[in-house]
Amino acid sequence: MENLFNRKYIIQGLFIVVSLILIGQLFYIQVASDRYFLSANSNVLRKKYTFPARGVIIDRNNKVLVQNEPVYDLMVTPNLVKPFDTLALCKIIGIDMAGFHKRFNKARSQSRYQRSVFEKQLSVQTYAALQERLSRFIGFETQNRTVRHYPDSVAGQFFGYVKEVSDKDIEESNGYYRPGDYIGKSGVERQYNDVLRGERGVENTIYNARNVPQGSYLNGKFDTLATSGETLVSSLDINIQKLGEQLLKNKVGSIVAIEPSTGEVLAFVSSPSYDPNLMVGRQQGNNYMDIFRSPNRPFNVRPLSGYYSPGSSFKPLDDLIALQEGVIDPNTTFNCPGGYWAGNHFVSCEHVDGNISLRKGLARSCNTYACYVFQKLMTQKKFKNKIEAYDSWEAKVRKFGLGSKLDLDMPFERKGRLFTSEEYTKRFGKSWGYTTIISLAIGQGEMSATPLQMANIMAIIANRGYYIKPHLIKAIGEKKAVKKEYLVKNSVDIDLSHFEPVIDGMQDAVNAPYGTARASAIPNILLCGKTGTVQNPHGKNHSVFIGFAPRDNPKIAIAVIVENAGYGGAYAAPIASYITEQYLTGKISGGRLAQAEAMKKLVVLPDVPKPKIKWAPKGTDSTKIPVTLPASPENKIVNTKTTPTPLTQ
Amino acid sequence: MSTQQGSRFFFNVDWITILIYTLLCTIGFINIYASLYNPDTSALFDFSSRYGKQMIYVVVALMMGFSILLLDAKFFSIFSPIVYGGTMLLLMVVLVVGRRVAGNQAWIPLGTFRLQPSELAKFGTALLLARYVGTFNPKFRDIKSIGIAALIVGFPLFLIMLQPDTGSALVYIAFMFPMYREGLSGYFLLIFLGMIVLFIADFLVPVYILIPIIAAIGGFFIYHNRRKQKMMFSMIMATVIAIAYLFIVKVGYEKVLEPHQRTRIEIMLGLKTDPKGAGYNVIQSKIAIGAGQLTGRGFLQGTQTKYGYVPEQSTDFIFSTIGEEWGFLGCSVVIGLYIFLLLRVINLAERQRSSFSRVYGYCVASIIFFHVFINIGMTIGIIPVIGIPLPFISYGGSSLWSFTVLLFIFLKLDSNRMGFI
Repeated sequence: MENLFNRKYIIQGLFIVVSLILIGQLFYIQVASDRYFLSANSNVLRKKYTFPARGVIIDRNNKVLVQNEPVYDLMVTPNLVKPFDTLALCKIIGIDMAGFHKRFNKARSQSRYQRSVFEKQLSVQTYAALQERLSRFIGFETQNRTVRHYPDSVAGQFFGYVKEVSDKDIEESNGYYRPGDYIGKSGVERQYNDVLRGERGVENTIYNARNVPQGSYLNGKFDTLATSGETLVSSLDINIQKLGEQLLKNKVGSIVAIEPSTGEVLAFVSSPSYDPNLMVGRQQGNNYMDIFRSPNRPFNVRPLSGYYSPGSSFKPLDDLIALQEGVIDPNTTFNCPGGYWAGNHFVSCEHVDGNISLRKGLARSCNTYACYVFQKLMTQKKFKNKIEAYDSWEAKVRKFGLGSKLDLDMPFERKGRLFTSEEYTKRFGKSWGYTTIISLAIGQGEMSATPLQMANIMAIIANRGYYIKPHLIKAIGEKKAVKKEYLVKNSVDIDLSHFEPVIDGMQDAVNAPYGTARASAIPNILLCGKTGTVQNPHGKNHSVFIGFAPRDNPKIAIAVIVENAGYGGAYAAPIASYITEQYLTGKISGGRLAQAEAMKKLVVLPDVPKPKIKWAPKGTDSTKIPVTLPASPENKIVNTKTTPTPLTQ
Repeated sequence: MSTQQGSRFFFNVDWITILIYTLLCTIGFINIYASLYNPDTSALFDFSSRYGKQMIYVVVALMMGFSILLLDAKFFSIFSPIVYGGTMLLLMVVLVVGRRVAGNQAWIPLGTFRLQPSELAKFGTALLLARYVGTFNPKFRDIKSIGIAALIVGFPLFLIMLQPDTGSALVYIAFMFPMYREGLSGYFLLIFLGMIVLFIADFLVPVYILIPIIAAIGGFFIYHNRRKQKMMFSMIMATVIAIAYLFIVKVGYEKVLEPHQRTRIEIMLGLKTDPKGAGYNVIQSKIAIGAGQLTGRGFLQGTQTKYGYVPEQSTDFIFSTIGEEWGFLGCSVVIGLYIFLLLRVINLAERQRSSFSRVYGYCVASIIFFHVFINIGMTIGIIPVIGIPLPFISYGGSSLWSFTVLLFIFLKLDSNRMGFI
C-alpha cells in the first residue's frame, strides 16, 4: 500500500511537467517570438498610403525647373469586384481583354483583399473619362499621384530621372520603401532623393475577419498626412543652360560654367542630351531603351565622367607652379625654333616665334615654351632626383583638383587621371626622365580631366588662388539651407602676385591679335582663356576652351569641350564666348548673334556605328552650314609613341 | 462537530476547491463576453447572447453543485450502476435521434438546449469504475480485473467512437491514471507513452532509421535482462511488436482515421501547412495568443478576438481570448489555477478512507487534466485539433454542468470522508 501511495507523486509530477510544457510553448509564442504579434497586426491592419509630391527644383533666378503633374493610378481590390462591363473599362484606359485579364490576375495573385495597382499613371484626360463611369466598376478606385514635369525640356543629365523602386531598392532601404514608391535613379533626383522625396502619408484601418472595415486604428493616432519634399534651389541659370544645349546640339561634348566666388555651377551641359520629360510616365521604359541605345550615349554625364586630356589648357596651371617655384619669372624667355626636342622625340609648335616669354607663350599657346617650363620644373637643383621633383610637381597639380573627385553633388563623378611617380616607374622602368613625360607639359600624356575639373581650374585662376567646391544645388528647402562645405575656400598655395602675369597671357589668347582665340573676343568684356586642341585616339582633335570673365572680379569660369571638332579656337572658344556674353549681359551682341545661331546648326558628330535610332530631333537641318569662322593657328604634338594617349571619355 | 443545521451539510466541504472552481467559471464568463464582444450591441445582461446564456449556465451549475452537496454521500456509490446505465442509454439514444453537427452525431436536442451525452458519460464511467474498485478492491494485477475495468471504460468509448467523436473518446485514456494508482503496472502507462512517441516518430523519421534505433534500445534491455529469461523474452517481444507497430500505424492511419483528422495531425506535426483550410484555426489561435505578448492587450482590447479572426473562439478556442487579452501572465495564472485544482483534488483523494472516493477523485483529476492539456495544447499548436472544451471556462451548458457535477460529487464525498460509504 505504501508503494501505491507514492504513485500519487508520479501522477502529480506528470501534471506539473505537462503544465510546464504548456507554459513553455506559451512563453515561446507570446514572449520570445514577436512573429505572432506581427502577424496579428497584419491580420487586422490595412494601411492605405498617400504619396507625397516630390520637391520642386528652381533655378538661381527662381524659375521653376521641375514641377509635379497629377496622374492617377487605377487600383483594384479583387474580392470586391462585381461583374461589370469590362470592355468599357478596357476602352477607356486603352488596353485589350487579354491585358485586362493579365492585370487582374496579377492583382489577385498579390492579394485578394488588399488593393493593388491595376494600371499606372493614367493621364488627367483618361482620368476624367474614367471618373464618369467609375461607380459602375465596383472594386476599382483611383489614387492620386504626381509625376515630374520639366517645362524647359533641358538639362536631362542634371535632373536624372525618377522611377518606381525596384525590389533591390526596397531591400536596401531597410523597410522604408514599399512597392510603388518613387526613387531618384540618377542626377539630382538621385543625389538629393532623401530631401526631394517627402514623407508618405498613411491611414490605418482595422478590418475584421470578413474584410469589412471597422474604423480607424486607435482613432487615427498613427495616421499621417503626406508631406511634400523640400524645394531645391539649383545654381543653374536656365538661360545659359538652354543656350549651351542649343550650341552643342548635333555635337558631342560638354560645357561647365561656374561662378568662381561661390563655386555654384551655372551651366551643366552634356551633349548629346535628351528631354527629361521622356523619362516620365508610362513610356518611361521604352524611352529609356531608345535613349540608351542611341549613338554617343546621352546617358553619359560628360561634365563629370568624360575624360579628356586638358591639352594646352593645362599650360596656365603649369606656368603658375613654375612662377611659384621661381624657376621662371614673367620675363624669362625661351627660344622657339618651331618645336622642342625632348630626347629622341620632337614636340612641334605651329609657329616659329624666336624668343618667347610667358605672356606671349600663353597667348600663342607655344608648346616649346611649355616644354621648357616643364623641363625647368623637373630639373630643379633642390630635388635629389626626378622622383622627388615629379612628386612635388604632382602634389601641386593635385591641389588644383586634378586627379581626384571634386565632390560635386551629383552621382557617378569620376576622378580623372594623374600618374604618380610609382606608376611611371611601373610603366617605363627606372630609367624615365622628364623627356619621357614631356607630354604632360602640354596637358597630354598620362593626364585626363573632367570638364568639371577644367572649369574649376579656371575658377581658381579667376579667384586668384582658391576654389569653393563646385555644386549644383545652392540651397535646400524653405530655409534655404546651405551646406557648410560650400563656404570653405580651398587654397592652391600660389601667391597672388603670380596670377596676373598668367592672366595677362590668357587675356591675350582671346583679345590680342595673335591670340589663339581672338575670334572669340567679346566686345566690352575681357574674356581671359586658353584654347586646347586635344589629340585623342577617336578621330579628329577635341576642341577645348577654358576661360573666365570679366578679368576683374570674374563672374563666370567656363570649360567647353567639343569632341572631335578640331582647333580649340574654332568651336570651343566661340561657344564659351557666347555663353559668357549671354550670362554677363543677357544677350549676344551684334554680328555675334548670327554666328551663334550658325554654331547651333553646325553638325560635328564623331564617326559612330550606324545608329539604330536616329537621334537628331526632327526639324534639324543636319547638313553643315558653311560659316566663316577663322581657323586658329594651333599647336600640335607629333611623335607621341612614348606617351600614347589612351583617352576614355 | 457543529450542531448547527447549515453547517451539517457544509462543514467539511473543501472551500478552497470551490473558490478555484468559481474563479475559473468567472474567468470563463469574462472571456466568453470578450470573445463575443461587439462594441455596438453589448449589454451585459443580454440573455439571448452566449455570454448571457453562460451566466445562466453558471448560476444553474452552482445550484446543481450545492444541491449535490445536500445529497447523501452514500447515494453516489449506491446509484452508480444506474447512473452509468443511464448515461450509456443516452449514448445509444444519441446515435438514433442525435443531431449531426460538424460530422458528429453527439447532440440530443431538448428544446433550445442541446444535451451532449458524452459529457455525462464521463462521470457515469468514473462512478462505476470507483464503485468497482471500492467494492472488489482489485489490484489490477490480473487479466480479470483489468478486463472488467477495460469493459467499464471501453463500452462508452466504443459508443462515442460510433458518433464519431474522437476528441471525447480520447479523454477516456484518463481512466488509466486511477487504475495506475490502484495498482495497474506502470508498464501500461509506459507502453502507452511509447505508442504515442512511436506514432509521432513514425511520421517524422524514416522507417529505415527508426527500426535500427528501436532495435538498439531493445537490444540494450535484452542484454540487460539476459539472466532473467522471462524478462528477456518480454523484451524481445516488445521490440518485435514495436517494429510491427510502425507498419500497423502507417496502415491504420490511412484506413481508420478520417481525412480531416489526418490533416489535423499532419498540421500539428508540421508536415503540412494549410493556412486557409484546416490549419486556419490553429494559425489564427496562435496568432491571437502570440499577440497578447507578456501582459496582454487588455480586456476587450484584443483585435484578433474582437474582429472575429479565431473561429469557435467562445467554445473550444476560448483560451486564445485569454492569451490575447491577458497575455502570458494571464495564461500562466489560468494554468496555475488548473494545476492547483488538480493537485488539490489528488491530495483530497488521498485522504479518503474509502477507496470508492479515492478512485473517484483520481478520475475527476484525470478527466479535468486531459481536457485542459488537450484543449490548451491544441490552441497553441502542440496537439492536433481535437474538439473538446476547456473545463469550467468554455462556453456551453453541457460541459460546464457535467464538470460541475463531476467535481461537486467528489467534494460531497470528501466532506463525508469520515463516514462510511
